[in-house]
Amino acid sequence: MKKTKSVLLTTPYILWMVAFTLIPLGVVAYYALTDPATGEFSLTNIRELGMYLPVLGSSIWYSLVSSAICLLLGYPVAYYIAHRSPLVQKFLYMLVMLPMCMSFLLRTLAWVGLLQDTGIINRLLGLIGIGPVTLIRTPGAVILGMVYNYLPYMVLPLYSTIVKIDHRLVEAAQDLGCNSRKVFSKVILPLSMPGILSGVTMVFVPAVSTFYISQKLGGTDTVMIGDVIERQFKQGSNPNLGAALSLVLMILVFVCTGIMNRFGGDEEGGVIA
Amino acid sequence: MKRALTLIVAAALLVSCAAVLSGCGSDTEQVTINVLNWGQYISEGDDDSLDVIAAFEEKYPNIKVNYSTYDSNEVLYTKLAAGGVTVDVIIPSDYMIGRMIAEGLVQELNFDNIPNYKYIDDSFKNTDYDPENKYSVPYTWGTVGIIYNSKYVSEEDVTGWELLWNQKYADKILMFDNSRDAFGIAEYMLGYSANTTDPAELQACADKLAEQKPVVQQYVMDQIFDAMENEEAWIAPYYAGDFLTMQEVNPDLAFYMPEHQGFNLFIDAMCIPTCAKEKEAAETFINFLCDPEICGQNLDFLGYSATEAAAKEYMDPEMASSEIAYPSKETLAAGTTFSYLPEDTSRLMEKLFMEVRNG
Repeated sequence: MKKTKSVLLTTPYILWMVAFTLIPLGVVAYYALTDPATGEFSLTNIRELGMYLPVLGSSIWYSLVSSAICLLLGYPVAYYIAHRSPLVQKFLYMLVMLPMCMSFLLRTLAWVGLLQDTGIINRLLGLIGIGPVTLIRTPGAVILGMVYNYLPYMVLPLYSTIVKIDHRLVEAAQDLGCNSRKVFSKVILPLSMPGILSGVTMVFVPAVSTFYISQKLGGTDTVMIGDVIERQFKQGSNPNLGAALSLVLMILVFVCTGIMNRFGGDEEGGVIA
Repeated sequence: MKRALTLIVAAALLVSCAAVLSGCGSDTEQVTINVLNWGQYISEGDDDSLDVIAAFEEKYPNIKVNYSTYDSNEVLYTKLAAGGVTVDVIIPSDYMIGRMIAEGLVQELNFDNIPNYKYIDDSFKNTDYDPENKYSVPYTWGTVGIIYNSKYVSEEDVTGWELLWNQKYADKILMFDNSRDAFGIAEYMLGYSANTTDPAELQACADKLAEQKPVVQQYVMDQIFDAMENEEAWIAPYYAGDFLTMQEVNPDLAFYMPEHQGFNLFIDAMCIPTCAKEKEAAETFINFLCDPEICGQNLDFLGYSATEAAAKEYMDPEMASSEIAYPSKETLAAGTTFSYLPEDTSRLMEKLFMEVRNG
């Protein structure tokens, strides 16, 4: 009885997954392996991928740097929030979430208004006789945009992991003679590992495939793989190559999350989104 | 409490589903046409101008216009060629119309529903792209030139398309984000035909464009308005009509047509795609835009050039006599139109342009 009930309840979601995840994945793979002109099976798209390896490499690099910065910025914040009174925790948690309530596009455009040569920052600098300083259209600006947009995805999983750490373990370590640095490195950090992994994944995956941030904040050199894919579909009239690129990106993301999972071991079951 | 809440949410979901389902089917008399046009390419009622779509809906209350925009001919083409869309009116440029006719993406018009076609000047009929005037009704025409900010760019540097390659203005130059216009500029500079199909010549153009990349601030289309008006960029190639709009905001902007090298002369015309569902209403819309009074007021705001002399009466005389919107015969003689390129050439051009952008 119970079993049929659970089957009934999960069926809609499984159907949903098949219709909107598995079948589209198959379509992507089909397009990636067919010729744009004739529609026959071919490896031309895969062969052309070589040209885009440098772009792919730099996309990965930018997202890794952004993830690292998010972690360094986000960990202390999450730790701080987790050690406040429940009411303050709720309030701070909401503050972290707040920027996510506004459109991602608007938030990125706001940075353009701040950073551009005729933007707010440069105008203020101009008042005290400095500049204009080149802020926008640099790799730094792209990373800034990523960190700004994806930081909440780092803080939230970190917070929910840290808040669950049993304080008695910390006390036990202190009783056994650990100084505060040792407590952190031997107890708190290992126990917050699942949160770190999940946070890094949740920042890295959207960052590596982003396209809007680099178009708005980057220059002509900071092209990301997401931009290339978008262009293939929007104006390149070569969706097949776009599909091949998406496929490669997808595999890459799987490999990366796999490595991170392995790297983190199986403590607490490795919470990976 | 929690249970009650769950029930309410579930009920709300069911009601909204039902509303969506019952939404279709009713209102049989009301017709909606999907109009897909270039961005900033119809007067929308800003600054006391005419709101063309509102005026149309007022005159034809049973037709509702669902208006959206695209960035470039290539984006429009990709959208239609991919299928799965219903679009009733589009306004592509000459060469793209030729391509769409050849690929069967647009359909023949019923000119009985477009009596205002009689106002269109003869010089815009029997064109290369639509020799028998079956598929398209000209909307506007214009030229491509260089817009520059005279406050920062010294006149002696304004000698031709090479201004867009000038190191002195590195990072202050914008460039077209569509292959045809971008390659056109390289072709005029290198002295090739703007309709070349020679792969070697196209490769040389791609090399030329790659050489330009280090001085280019961004590859853009309509973002150019903001960037040039706010002086974030100083030099950009664009359409003459849009220059007139930008100049109203920033009077320091100037326009230059490299007559000795050549430039693009384009016609944008209204067509009905094969995927259209409301052909007659679409023809009513096209006819409305050809009405000299509507056309005059619309283009007065847009700055693009009118394809019907009768419309000039309804324009600001300053606009109607603008040298930039209506250049002299001698200037126009230096311009060339883009024609439809074979599929292979279009594809190669796209590919080379992608390489320039991504390289």
